Amino acid sequence: MIITAIINLIILLFAPFLVLGVIKKTKAFWAGRKGVSLFQPWWDFVKLMKKDAVVSNTTTWIFKFTPILIFATTLFAGLFVPMLGGSSVINMQGGFILFAYLLGLGKFFALLSAMDTGSSFEGMGASREACFTTIVEPAFFIIMASLIALSGNYTFESLFLILESAGGLGILIMILAVLALVVMLLTECCRVPVDDPTTHLELTMIHEVMILDNSGQDLGLITWAAGIKMVILESLIAALLIPTHLLGFGYSALAYVVALFVIAVFVGTLESAIARLRMSHVFEFIFAMSSFALITLSLTAIKLYGN
Amino acid sequence: MMNWIETKNNEPINLNEIPCLNIVDLRKEILEIKKRVVGFFGQPFGAGVKLFVIMADDEQGKLFVSSAYFNENEKSYDSITKDIPAFHMFEREFFEEFKIKPLKHPWLKPVRNHKKEYPFFEIQGEEIHQVGVGPIHAGVIEPGHFRFMCNGEKVYDLEIRLGYQHRGVEDLFLQNPTNQLAESVCGDSVIAYNLAYSKAMEALLNIEVSNKAQLIRLIALEMERVAIHIGDLGAIAGDTAYQMGNAIFGATRTLVINSLLEISGSRFGRGLIKVGGVNFDIDEKLAQNILKTLEKVGADVKRTTTTMLKSATVISRLERTGVVSYESAKALGLVGMAGRASGVELDSRFDFPDKWFMDKDDKKFKATGDVYSRTRLRYKEIMQSLSLIRKFMRMLPEYKNEPLLVPVNNGLYGEKFVVSIVEGWRGEVIHTAITDNNGRLSRYKIKDPSFNNWYGLAMAVRNNGISDFPLCNKSFNLSYCGNDL
Repeated sequence: MIITAIINLIILLFAPFLVLGVIKKTKAFWAGRKGVSLFQPWWDFVKLMKKDAVVSNTTTWIFKFTPILIFATTLFAGLFVPMLGGSSVINMQGGFILFAYLLGLGKFFALLSAMDTGSSFEGMGASREACFTTIVEPAFFIIMASLIALSGNYTFESLFLILESAGGLGILIMILAVLALVVMLLTECCRVPVDDPTTHLELTMIHEVMILDNSGQDLGLITWAAGIKMVILESLIAALLIPTHLLGFGYSALAYVVALFVIAVFVGTLESAIARLRMSHVFEFIFAMSSFALITLSLTAIKLYGN
Repeated sequence: MMNWIETKNNEPINLNEIPCLNIVDLRKEILEIKKRVVGFFGQPFGAGVKLFVIMADDEQGKLFVSSAYFNENEKSYDSITKDIPAFHMFEREFFEEFKIKPLKHPWLKPVRNHKKEYPFFEIQGEEIHQVGVGPIHAGVIEPGHFRFMCNGEKVYDLEIRLGYQHRGVEDLFLQNPTNQLAESVCGDSVIAYNLAYSKAMEALLNIEVSNKAQLIRLIALEMERVAIHIGDLGAIAGDTAYQMGNAIFGATRTLVINSLLEISGSRFGRGLIKVGGVNFDIDEKLAQNILKTLEKVGADVKRTTTTMLKSATVISRLERTGVVSYESAKALGLVGMAGRASGVELDSRFDFPDKWFMDKDDKKFKATGDVYSRTRLRYKEIMQSLSLIRKFMRMLPEYKNEPLLVPVNNGLYGEKFVVSIVEGWRGEVIHTAITDNNGRLSRYKIKDPSFNNWYGLAMAVRNNGISDFPLCNKSFNLSYCGNDL
């Protein structure tokens, strides 16, 4: 158990760079380019960590404190997520609530820090980010509520076990929950069609614009945390999809690694195939997550009380 | 027509034949003639200032020139802008250079001068916030300051301040007029600028360029148009995060500019055009190669544009974004591609033709004035230019034995005034040259299409989301250095 936990921690810390590398490579593939090395995100991170941060003198302690806080909360949240073989580092009753609010705390400070700089761009980014979060968060809890109702258990790890044995309706619920989580992944990790991670245009950015003033180690920590968040959400999707107890530990661990890779390729392909949505249409896209969540909840109700 | 002298593109007129009125009469004449303004600039004259006005009749291909004299005590006149809004940039420019004030001008602010305070338009209110962008931008963009008045994500007003690239180009032409200087005014319109300059000089030297050289010039001009339009399609795709379009258009553009490289040794056609002709020939083998390349370019552009404009996510970004209505475009005097996308049918290739442009493309373009319209128009113009290049290339062998360069033996004719109009990819590039009695340039005036069109961009952004501004901006792709001179 302790070894699995250690491996999980290592994956959580270092898989982000590979996942980002795979996305970049996929996009390069579709664009007909050779693309940068798979490890480029890692080298970029190393470069950032060697640099000092430039801090504007209009900012307060919040600006300096936020990168550390974001990193810490994201990593802490990651410990609750089922990874290799469906096991998480910390398995705790009600862990998902702590999980959601750790991420929420990080985001809250990200918003504060963006506004702390006094830049008109960053305030705009903060308002967009806050707005999207208000849609994502309830939807996430609705899904969690359905899954809890189904499993009758309050931990992340066993939440997903129940679905595999729930029959046809269970598979439907699983698919809807996965779709909802994909929307959440695209939104939270700022991917196309919600956000454009490669743009240099401040006016169209959401997440990137909030960290315009961060540099050096601060920026390094933030990008690391963003990568970890990506792995966390990928892990949630993987946990829903992989029938752990049917495969056994070894195969399901393998399936998990494959899932991380496949989801990254999927995101890269999606980014190559479609354009980013107009800002006013992004809301409609994220609302799709709420719809999926509500249908999941209804199906769960039918499953539990239908007869 | 007593008070106007009629002329044509590249047709020099004697300076002393230009009617000289007082400003009150000239103003009346301008309002009566009901033509489009293409030139409105001053020149120091004795102790006072002489104001030249050039009005274009696009249907007849004629230009009408007149002037007015301001003595040293006349420091103001009644603004023309309040009756014809298309004058507003011209009057601001004239005011900035000669301190002669157009009274009741609604928007009298600096054009290029940064020593003066710039009074930005402000909307006040609890929910209004200002966003200032630039003059330093992310990425490889020229400097310009954009001030948005927003309510949340919605832009109420955009004001654009330029002039950061003012180099005094027009004065440099008086000191040392060369083709190299003309090429350096605006880096993305090298051919158009050099051509306009060369044609103006040739008119003043009274030399006729060989047919062969003329055709090579036109081929280069169309290749420039194709290259930049493809690049812009790529940029529009890039701004919507449609990476497929961005990648393919980027690669295709390279094919075109590499063909220019094969002709002239420069990917942007620098050093190709010279007063008297061209420096480089296109022989049959090269012509075949280029035609083959361009065929591939045409096929790639066609396929990619069709795919891109079928993609729902792309269309939803482009349609009804950044609309400039026909009425606004007409009133503001938008020209060139941006004007045509709003239904203002101006194309100096056909309106002021030389002998090579006869048949105007009569296929009607459905202009909707939005980003989608400007995207589709680019595609249409690429295809049109490619077929023009094919046509000119086929005509080349006929003039195989003609010289590339005509020798220049005499100096410029003195006391002349000539207007030279070339349709660059952005629109009409207008160079006006005036010589003194020694045959030296005494005034050189450049008007880039961006000078008219910047205000169109400000118009397009109104009531759009601020996050769509970059997309609108790319769809216009106006020149900063062409405006700032």
